[in-house]
Amino acid sequence: MKGASLAYARANDVSHALELWRRAGPDARLLAGGQSLLAGINLRLNEIPGLIDISRIGELRGVADLGDRLRIGALTRHADLQADPLVAAHAPAFAQAAPLIAHAAIRTRGTIGGSLAYADPAAELPACVLALDAEIVLRAEAGERRVAAENFFLGLFETALRPFEMIVAVEVPKIGPNRRHAVLELARRSGDYAMAGLVLAADVAGGRLHDVRLSYFSMGPAPVLARGAMAALDSDEGVEAACAALGTDLDPVADLQGGPEMKRHLAGVLLHRAVAGLLGHSPVSGGNHGRG
Amino acid sequence: MAEAEFSTLVEVSLRVNGERVSRRVEARRHLIDFLRLDLGLTGSHAGCEHGVCGACTVRVDGEIVRGCLTLAAQLDGADVWTIEGLSDTGEVRDLQQAFVARNALQCGYCTPGMLATCADLLERSPAPSRAEIREHISGNYCRCTGYEAIIDAVETVAAARRAATGQVAIGQATIGETAE
Ligand SMILES: Cc1cc2nc3c(=O)[nH]c(=O)nc-3n(C[C@H](O)[C@H](O)[C@H](O)COP(=O)(O)OP(=O)(O)OC[C@H]3O[C@@H](n4cnc5c(N)ncnc54)[C@H](O)[C@@H]3O)c2cc1C
Ligand code: FES
Ligand code: FES
Repeated sequence: MKGASLAYARANDVSHALELWRRAGPDARLLAGGQSLLAGINLRLNEIPGLIDISRIGELRGVADLGDRLRIGALTRHADLQADPLVAAHAPAFAQAAPLIAHAAIRTRGTIGGSLAYADPAAELPACVLALDAEIVLRAEAGERRVAAENFFLGLFETALRPFEMIVAVEVPKIGPNRRHAVLELARRSGDYAMAGLVLAADVAGGRLHDVRLSYFSMGPAPVLARGAMAALDSDEGVEAACAALGTDLDPVADLQGGPEMKRHLAGVLLHRAVAGLLGHSPVSGGNHGRG
Repeated sequence: MAEAEFSTLVEVSLRVNGERVSRRVEARRHLIDFLRLDLGLTGSHAGCEHGVCGACTVRVDGEIVRGCLTLAAQLDGADVWTIEGLSDTGEVRDLQQAFVARNALQCGYCTPGMLATCADLLERSPAPSRAEIREHISGNYCRCTGYEAIIDAVETVAAARRAATGQVAIGQATIGETAE
């Protein structure tokens, strides 16, 4: 199927993009990687009068070392996250998550800003920024503001972005020497959106986890922090207690990938694997896919 | 602010299979329709047109992309390679021959995208395991052949290329030694 006729403008920089957007009206869309937006346009899912192509804005692409944290530009592509040495060293969850997103030919164009703005409940990167306590840096013509990941995802495909406001970067604290990340998911086939997935971040010392952050994706309308399980792991109550706490932490809704009971079960399976992986009891590997 | 006004028609100048092409395209025109309808390069296929099947996989600026999820309007200055160009330069000849030898195609609808994807893998990873091959082609659907024969073909080519470059490397080492 083909998209309906639309108008296109190429933005030279961020202020140009914001100006074009204001002139085109709120129904116009920023075009980043296009890997969600163009699929929707081809299917005529929504009427979009205009596209503002931000994909060539150089200042929005790439990873910078800010000392205690990394700044990941909004146009940084999934394939860049997979290969970037700063990301691998200081925020490894992103490097673990990136290969789980879609397929190679989609990761070469899809961007972190697009993924966060789209806020698919089954997407990996929103759950990463949540578990890693990142800040999303937003810009509008009036100026810049920062929103903690915990306050950014509001619901199904819904974020704290205001009209005519765009994501310019993600800033994420660097890990300390004992900090470990694990990103695990279960999908029917490699590249499919996950049936269930988690991001676990914790300090590992004395054979146990400390300062645990645990988020889940594909478990409800938005990525969610599993606070009860985090507290159980923090106080060394064991994985079984943490899994029991997931019962109240998570309220999965049925989707194409499965019903709530199955999702709850998978959440516990993944938590066992992730904790064992961080403690060195078994290797943590990125994904666990059915054979295609 | 005269430049870059909104327009439903966009001027683009790019390279396709090494040749310069300048066209005025509709903003909504995706790369596959541009190649097929505007340039007559019908080797690239459109299947689902929403990113799922991989039939539209082509190379843009050295990387594989979904042709159906890329607008021609975005490609000003880009370097695009399709199955026509990759065949003419001989870059994928060994893969094509192995696909035929292993019966890795039947109707051939998926094959141009499959070849672009497999060529991309072999460029990045000269000795891929079967699991890595399977993973890299996970976004390319084949509705007739099944994937085992395709994986066999890629494995065969990887081994043959390693053997060939091994000989080249020995040759260069010999030259290096005599030069010293
Ligand atoms: C077959 C297929 C499988 C996929 N599987 C997965 C998967 O397993 N996991 C996953 O996470 N994703 C998956 N995706 C989606 C992919 O990751 C997209 O790249 C991502 O969701 C959107 O990023 P994009 O840069 O392509 O954004 P676009 O498609 O360009 O934009 C998406 C939306 O975000 C807005 N936007 C883009 N950039 C900004 C910005 N900087 N500020 C504000 N708004 C912005 C756009 O206006 C648009 O509304 C899949 C896609 C396909 C086609
Ligand atoms: S036509 Fe592009 S992925 Fe199916
Ligand atoms: S050969 Fe027919 S779809 Fe692959």
